[in-house]
Amino acid sequence: MAHTTQTVDISEVPNGRAAMWWVIASEVVIFGGLIMSYLLFRMRYPQWGEYASHTSTPMGALNTLVLLTSSLTVALAHKAATEKNIAATKKYLWFTILGGVIFLIVKSVEYTTEISHGYTITANNFWSFYYAMTGLHAIHVIAGMVAMFLVMQIDVNKGRNLHRVEMAGLYWHFVDIVWIFLFPLLYVAK
Amino acid sequence: MSTNQTSHHQMTFVQKYIFSTDHKVIGMQYMITGLIMAFLGGFLAYGFRMQLAFPGEAIPLLGKMTAGQYNEFITMHGTIMIFWVAMPVLLAALGNLLIPIMIGADDMAFPTLNMISYWVFFLSTVVLIASFFVPGGAFAGGWTAYPPLSANGYTAHGWSVGLGGNLWIIAVALEFVAFLIGGINFIVTTFNMRAPGLTWFRLPMMVWMMLSAVLIFMFAVGPLIAGAAMLLLDRTVGTGFYNPAAGGDPILFQHMFWFFGHPEVYVILLPTIGVLAEVMTTFARKPIFGYKMIIYATIGAGFLSFVVWAHHQFIAGIDPRMATFFSITTIMISIPFSLIIFASIATLWKSSITLSTPMLFALGFIGEFLIGGVTGIYLGSSAFDIYVHDTYFVIAHFHYALIPTVFFGGLAAIYFWFPKFIGRMYNETLGKVHFWLTTISFNLVFFPLFFSGMAGEHRRIFDYSMWKSLMTPEIMNIRIISTLALIVLFLSQFIFVFNMIKSALSGPKAEKNPWKSNTLEWQADSPPPHGNFAQTPVVHRGPYEYSVPGRSEDYWPQTSAN
Repeated sequence: MAHTTQTVDISEVPNGRAAMWWVIASEVVIFGGLIMSYLLFRMRYPQWGEYASHTSTPMGALNTLVLLTSSLTVALAHKAATEKNIAATKKYLWFTILGGVIFLIVKSVEYTTEISHGYTITANNFWSFYYAMTGLHAIHVIAGMVAMFLVMQIDVNKGRNLHRVEMAGLYWHFVDIVWIFLFPLLYVAK
Repeated sequence: MSTNQTSHHQMTFVQKYIFSTDHKVIGMQYMITGLIMAFLGGFLAYGFRMQLAFPGEAIPLLGKMTAGQYNEFITMHGTIMIFWVAMPVLLAALGNLLIPIMIGADDMAFPTLNMISYWVFFLSTVVLIASFFVPGGAFAGGWTAYPPLSANGYTAHGWSVGLGGNLWIIAVALEFVAFLIGGINFIVTTFNMRAPGLTWFRLPMMVWMMLSAVLIFMFAVGPLIAGAAMLLLDRTVGTGFYNPAAGGDPILFQHMFWFFGHPEVYVILLPTIGVLAEVMTTFARKPIFGYKMIIYATIGAGFLSFVVWAHHQFIAGIDPRMATFFSITTIMISIPFSLIIFASIATLWKSSITLSTPMLFALGFIGEFLIGGVTGIYLGSSAFDIYVHDTYFVIAHFHYALIPTVFFGGLAAIYFWFPKFIGRMYNETLGKVHFWLTTISFNLVFFPLFFSGMAGEHRRIFDYSMWKSLMTPEIMNIRIISTLALIVLFLSQFIFVFNMIKSALSGPKAEKNPWKSNTLEWQADSPPPHGNFAQTPVVHRGPYEYSVPGRSEDYWPQTSAN
């Protein structure tokens, strides 16, 4: 971090990385609140297991695979960025964004199918939670894609601030891990 | 990442004072916005107190008040005073002004993000004020926004899905975003940008307290953000998260609200404890008593603050075994805060005290806050709480906790650091007049309410004429005394405004270190330039080395090698 006066990075963690970890910490408690509320309802109403059987486990599994693969590509982008390989960094960032796009397309197909079967956000509280949790997650997917796109346009294309690829990657891993919690809670557990 | 130091002379007015990245300008922006909102919040209190003292009569400046308007006023009074006064003044303004300069940094770790934080906050303020003018009026479901009342869209003028309530949720959410951004900035700045030699146990108490406060805020606010999103969905889309008829649970929102709401009390209190440490050591010329103990007590209280929330819900139908648990934790959390108050009093023991305005407010804080804290121990016990829940006893209790914290603490800080950041001295006589008028009228407003609360006066009632037992001359007199004192309290604040404006324009010039204090900000110029220090200070000692035997002067700046 280029700073004008000589202050010491006593923690030895660069400012950007430290800030990103705190962003993730604050996001964890947001999703934590939602997931806790869902779990409390789920334990109170066993019939939610029946509702959950109408979510598409294969589609969810496909999306899990897509997101995990995109986590790999963003890690490769970070590796390329530390080696100052601009072309490879861009390539892997585009692959990651592509993963996000596929994820959102699959999610849209799911939503459309569910809504056409009458499982709308107001059908019952299970579906309210389903749409609230996956919807909030989808917003985070979009935010992560926008962040990667901006890092590419503003910095990577000009070959500067390559450490920002790591920040975008950290965030993307977080988005991925949230899905790792949502998938069993909403799709697998019947 | 940082602004270019050499180019700031050519900056335009807009760059320098409006869209500034300088932590001091951003701090002042937060401060001024917060203080303006304090007058709005105070004016709302004037409105509903006049209705209670003189029910049904036309109120000067407002006219006759309707029940819906009354609900709107009490809701917005609470919302504004907590979220748009206490938070910006104590946390955002003081944090921005003081953290970088007290740790010897030139600015925050992320100056641009810091600017964005203020403008998101500003936007939230605009949304909140706009909600007064939408059809149906501002949100009127109480500042705690309990469903099903809030989920059904109750606004000032009837049962309808009002825009006011949606705007209220959006404004609060935007404000949380602003403080999350700001808080992350505070944490990274404190971790990474301390001047050489400024180890953790040489940090001024103010910085410790700010760090603890933003950490508590960050971990407490998440569930409420989720809960507010669910409330917004209930209001707009028609989900049933909190609707019992649809299988939802209104108590869930209470849990999420108070999981944030109670730690929030400490988010506000800790910066004031920091102010207390700086002001009291300076004007008592003594080292702080138990520096490390205060820090450990704060960390302990920080953890405990996450397991006390359900003491707000003793009558909500929670399991009595759970009530016992929360009674115990609530009474336990008074231990670390008692330690801190006793340490403050011990700091004064055999010291040489100067009763300047900031010191008066700091001492006033201790005296008044004790009343709020001790009644808090009563209320923490569920057996007593069930009896006085939702009465004016509770109102008196939390105003005795919050007004000393926000206003006594905030005003002590404003008077104390005014010479540093404005570069001129305030008028001491006007400051003392302001202190005494504020203290006397504040006690006259709230002390009587303990008695009317014990007599059974329930809160959030527009007109008591249906309850003959609450319309006795004694209780009416309490209402009238309290209301008249409120008007005095409100008007006294204009002395402060006058003092601040006049002194900023024509007060005597302040030197670098008018109070002969130790911490780093007093080594910078008054007011400090963009970038704060000519060269990075090097720290050699702790912040509170006053009256060290064998030295000719009774203070020892942190930058002084010997």
